[in-house]
Amino acid sequence: MCFEAKRLLKLALGPVLMLMSVVALASGGEASQVNMSPGATQVGERIYDLHMIILGICTIIGVLVFGVMFYSIIYHRKSKGFKPAHFHESTKVEIAWTVVPFLILIGMAVPATSTLLEIYDFEDAEMDILITGYQWKWKYEYINENGENVSFFSNLRTPQSEIYNSQPKGEHYLLEVDEPVVIPVDTKVRFLVTANDVIHSWWVPELAVKKDAIPGFINEAWTRASEEGIFRGQCAELCGKDHGFMPIVVNVVSKAEYNDWLAVKQAEAAEIKELMAQTFTMDELMERGEAVYARACLACHGANGEGGVGKAIAGSPIATGDLGTHLDVGINGVPGTAMQAFGGQLNDVEMAAVITYQRNAFGNNMGDTVQPIDVYNYKKG
Amino acid sequence: MGDHHHGPAKGLSRWLFTTNHKDIGTMYLWFSFAMFILGGFFAMIIRAELFQPGLQLVDPAFFNQMTTLHGLIMVFGAIMPSFVGLANWMIPMMIGAPDMALPRMNNWSFWILPPTFLLLASTLFMEGGAPAAGWTFYAPLSTTYAPPSVTYFIFCIHVLGLSSIMGSINIIATVMNMRAPGMTYMKMPLFVWTWLITAFLLVAVMPVLAGAVTMMLMDVHFGTSFFSAAGGGDPVLFQHVFWFFGHPEVYIIILPAFGVVSQIIPAFSRKPLFGYDSMVYATASIAFLSFIVWAHHMYTVGMPVAGELFFMYATMLIAVPTGVKVFNWITTMWRGALSFETPMLFCIGFLVLFTIGGFTGLMLSIAPADFQYHDSYFVVAHFHYVMVAGAVFSMSAAVYYWLPKWCGRMYNETMGKTHFWISFIGFNLTFFPQHFVGLAGMPRRIPDYALQFADFNMMSSIGAFIYGASQILFLYNVIATIVAGKPTSEEKVWDGAEGLEWTIPTPAPYHTFETPPKIDPAHAHS
Amino acid sequence: MIRFTANPAIDTVIKLVTVAIAMFAFVFVVMVPLYNVLCDALGINGKTSGEAYTSVQAGVDESRVVSIQFVATNNEGMPWEFGPTTAVMKVHPGAVNDTLFHARNPLPKAMVAQAIPSVSPARAAEYFHKTECFCFNQQPLEGGAAAEMPLQFIIDRDLPRDIKTITLSYTIFDVTDMASGAVATR
Repeated sequence: MCFEAKRLLKLALGPVLMLMSVVALASGGEASQVNMSPGATQVGERIYDLHMIILGICTIIGVLVFGVMFYSIIYHRKSKGFKPAHFHESTKVEIAWTVVPFLILIGMAVPATSTLLEIYDFEDAEMDILITGYQWKWKYEYINENGENVSFFSNLRTPQSEIYNSQPKGEHYLLEVDEPVVIPVDTKVRFLVTANDVIHSWWVPELAVKKDAIPGFINEAWTRASEEGIFRGQCAELCGKDHGFMPIVVNVVSKAEYNDWLAVKQAEAAEIKELMAQTFTMDELMERGEAVYARACLACHGANGEGGVGKAIAGSPIATGDLGTHLDVGINGVPGTAMQAFGGQLNDVEMAAVITYQRNAFGNNMGDTVQPIDVYNYKKG
Repeated sequence: MGDHHHGPAKGLSRWLFTTNHKDIGTMYLWFSFAMFILGGFFAMIIRAELFQPGLQLVDPAFFNQMTTLHGLIMVFGAIMPSFVGLANWMIPMMIGAPDMALPRMNNWSFWILPPTFLLLASTLFMEGGAPAAGWTFYAPLSTTYAPPSVTYFIFCIHVLGLSSIMGSINIIATVMNMRAPGMTYMKMPLFVWTWLITAFLLVAVMPVLAGAVTMMLMDVHFGTSFFSAAGGGDPVLFQHVFWFFGHPEVYIIILPAFGVVSQIIPAFSRKPLFGYDSMVYATASIAFLSFIVWAHHMYTVGMPVAGELFFMYATMLIAVPTGVKVFNWITTMWRGALSFETPMLFCIGFLVLFTIGGFTGLMLSIAPADFQYHDSYFVVAHFHYVMVAGAVFSMSAAVYYWLPKWCGRMYNETMGKTHFWISFIGFNLTFFPQHFVGLAGMPRRIPDYALQFADFNMMSSIGAFIYGASQILFLYNVIATIVAGKPTSEEKVWDGAEGLEWTIPTPAPYHTFETPPKIDPAHAHS
Repeated sequence: MIRFTANPAIDTVIKLVTVAIAMFAFVFVVMVPLYNVLCDALGINGKTSGEAYTSVQAGVDESRVVSIQFVATNNEGMPWEFGPTTAVMKVHPGAVNDTLFHARNPLPKAMVAQAIPSVSPARAAEYFHKTECFCFNQQPLEGGAAAEMPLQFIIDRDLPRDIKTITLSYTIFDVTDMASGAVATR
């Protein structure tokens, strides 16, 4: 697009953008965002430019069309004694307003096509992350050619108390997770997107990525963030009850930081393997268990095990009954209810700790401990 | 139909057994208004929950049921039957026919609707609640993961489809066979033309929707795997089948609205419609194109790039015939002698808002940009600009325009204009800010949102309450007109109005055109 | 004009009802099969052929190496441990390659699984030939049992040169409740 045309567009868009910012300022103390963000990627900038070009062309056409209409409304009034004309067709005019819009459309299709082709160029990705949508959270798996794959779930961190208005809402209300996905800056990252149950859609506006996650099939998308920062997004395809509560947080860091982070995660994975072989004391298990409970159970079972969406843990026949049944419920879930199978989401140390915690907190006093090896053996049958 | 010369039967049986196109039209119109109020009530619940961040009134599962039922009821219960009602009333009167071609089928196609919607609404009280997968009910959320009520929902869709198909067959049979001598196709009023094309679209695509829900039924109950990868199927197939129906469906909703506007603008411009022939061709082109653009609803499912390009180009093309229509309407107004009674105000409102909706539609057609717009509130704003401002505004215009002819009484003009201005302001306050939150990244169909979207959502909710309240005024105005409006017996209620419906007495007698009218060969369409 | 009856309106009805029925049939006899054909031809959703590849490649193209990544996903309610034994393989187009997937049924009851393959990038799907795959059939496992499931594949020599990495994803579904014996088409 030539410079002159860009300037013309800016002139046309000036009033629109001014209106937008006036509306934004009038609506609240600080400016709310009223337009698409070019975001933190080159593709995002191209999409933004495309969006502005087409918005500009539409604005120009709109001003012309509505201008003619309002001129007519003001001057061609019966109440002013205007006598109606009787023309009702003109082949020349009609051909003109069929052909001209067609040419404008071709003008729009050219940049749109080249942007699309760029988005579809997946080659030379430097790393791959498998993203799996779950009802209602995301799982990320870093596919490494060398060493362990790193994989974790990313859950909503906003507490129920903020959602149900008993506590003031934090700055990143509903857009915060317990574990963000971390990617290096200036690196072409390929996302492989799939789903575990229903269709989800992974959308981070500032990375210019939105791709449907389809159960059974794999989709791909890519991004190359050109600046560091924390970028937030949400699931964009209706996926059931908590569709609005499965945010995405992407932490873009320098390559060095990323390598450190990955090393730590890989070490953690190794550590967990080691922990699996250890025996923990009751206190250690209770301390770990409390943290796991807060993360994985509290939303449904309540801060004091009093229940909510899920059944009460305090005094529950499962948490104060047979250990095998308790492990079964925790690991395999209860089909047909909101109680999910946590066996794949919590590692064996976490599972052991949280089961121990549930059996010995909220007034439950079973006095028994569960060790990671017990969980491991249970899973092995 | 027996003896033509008596009036309507008395009491309830008049309505139950009627085969009179005017009675059936009236029932369709009242029924659709009742559904509009019900769907609107659901919208009010949605907007009340979204008034502030946080969950206040309803839980997320119920919220999803509300968005689903709001969409289904507005599309299938309010907008479509309202235009069928209008077609029943007006098409015979516009083409000089004594009634619809198939009066008994006409009765059935109406009377299967109310029980169906009762059943659909009753799913709210069933175990597991009403269907909650959105009005587009994508599999597998609507199959494997659906509440048990989905079976009733599928049954409802089948019956609605049947009703629509019967209604359309009736309209086509009427238009093709019952035109008065001399009423050639190219002399028909544009409302008849747009409905004829709409009816063909309906006959072609309602069976496709029936096929889609039949496959759902088989997946849910008979162990097939059309939409489940586990058995060799594909959830994306559902989206292709649904939108193969769904895209023509949105034109089914908007084409009759085009027809209404094409009747009313010339009347209040006191000047014939500009470019009648090109209007007909443009409508036909839009109908044709609607069959080859469906996948533009699915840019993010991961289509091959060639597919994306094809659907993008085809979709952009629709702007051409749509543009022709808008230019024609404005040129019709150009150098007319304009006056601004309520029907004209609603048509101008339609023109402005529909054009804005058309622009955002063009923006959405651009595949790479759609990766940012898709499933955000920008889309919600777009389709409400074309659906509400398109279909509902033109329907309001139609009611004000033809109501004096129907009941022989004038509506209250001041109240009508007040209704328009409150609707116009309320509508824009509701939906314009939704463009902003959508561009800023707010996904659709969420019961709660991040704090950055709070101001515009509150604005939007206030607008929705205003728009909702304005419809009560509309209802009051219509009832007041029927009961106690100023009587009029002028055949031509509006001085600029043209067409056969304005040559019969006011109020329109129970039976009209029992002997076909003479069409002046020199006098072109409407 | 074809006439069925003396009444032209009834004639119109007959024609239109035929159209409606034809459109309903169109969904089942045209759209569904056509979609499956297009998926195979264009690799929509990265679908690969559900049948064993039997042709023989002209020879091994040793001039280039393609990286094959394997990933595995468990669908909801599928408790099996399931995954590739090798995460990444470097192969030459035209060569026959073997690998194994590992599966274990942790529950005490017998189960049947179906693995669904999907290839990314989708346009590579038509060049990914499986000569032997556990995904061709449903896989039963007794409670507590484990199995190594074989996959043998050839990357077509005609694979576009710009494709250097191919991801093969398997999603494993629990199909115990489905009619056993019915072999999935994919």
